[in-house]
Amino acid sequence: MGKCEIMSIQSSADVVLVRQAVRQIAIEVGFSLVDQTKIVTAASELARNTLDYGGGGTATLEALQDGNRRGVRLIFSDQGPGIPNIDLALKDGYTTGNGLGMGLSGTKRLVNEFEIVSQVGQGTTVTVTKWK
Amino acid sequence: MERIPILQMGRFLLVTIQVDMHDRLAMALQDDLTNRINQVSARGVLIDISALEIVDSFIGRVLANIAKMAQVLDAETVVVGMQPAVAITLVELGLSLTGIRTALNIEKGMLLLQSALQDDLKADERSPVLPEEHAGVYGEM
Repeated sequence: MGKCEIMSIQSSADVVLVRQAVRQIAIEVGFSLVDQTKIVTAASELARNTLDYGGGGTATLEALQDGNRRGVRLIFSDQGPGIPNIDLALKDGYTTGNGLGMGLSGTKRLVNEFEIVSQVGQGTTVTVTKWK
Repeated sequence: MERIPILQMGRFLLVTIQVDMHDRLAMALQDDLTNRINQVSARGVLIDISALEIVDSFIGRVLANIAKMAQVLDAETVVVGMQPAVAITLVELGLSLTGIRTALNIEKGMLLLQSALQDDLKADERSPVLPEEHAGVYGEM
């Protein structure tokens, strides 16, 4: 296991800082430019969800090493209202806010592994992993 | 609060986004551009995103909104310089940026705006149609 970094997300400036930190890790792991762009875009979507829907929270960034395989894992966690219907939230075009409704469903397509755990009234944790 | 500068060149407005925009900055750009189009009666807006390392759904929405608002105010919008990695990611994310005109670089974007403006001027010249008999009189003068 590589290094692990925990960042706070409380403002839209923090979302930018998370993007920059994810870019840095992706470069260190040796991602191609396209894969860097995909994981940074995924991070941007999820960090914004944490801020807008979760009322703020944390991002945990981790460089992974599994044998010869290298990757990046990102965990976004909040103590917000939670998501009542995850299947619906994952649908293309579904939105409760004023976005395009592509955030969660689109993010899923940008990474290799995607896991979402949410409890109404407790909060939401989204974990994504992208392998090189 | 910091702002993204908007340059005026004749009837066109130019914006080069050179910073990693946070969401409020993108919203401010949307408002500023809409106001400037109105103030200077701009006919075209060129947005250079060659320095943008990502376009996520939020930035995509802001770009689409700018294009829509400009259209309502009778101005064309062209987005230029998208990096290939950004384009690949955008498509996979599911954003198609419908309604936004794009060009490879600033030069091609300007040509696109100029030709759109010229088509418009030609249409203006044609529109005040003179009645047949008057046309003859003007012809003799």
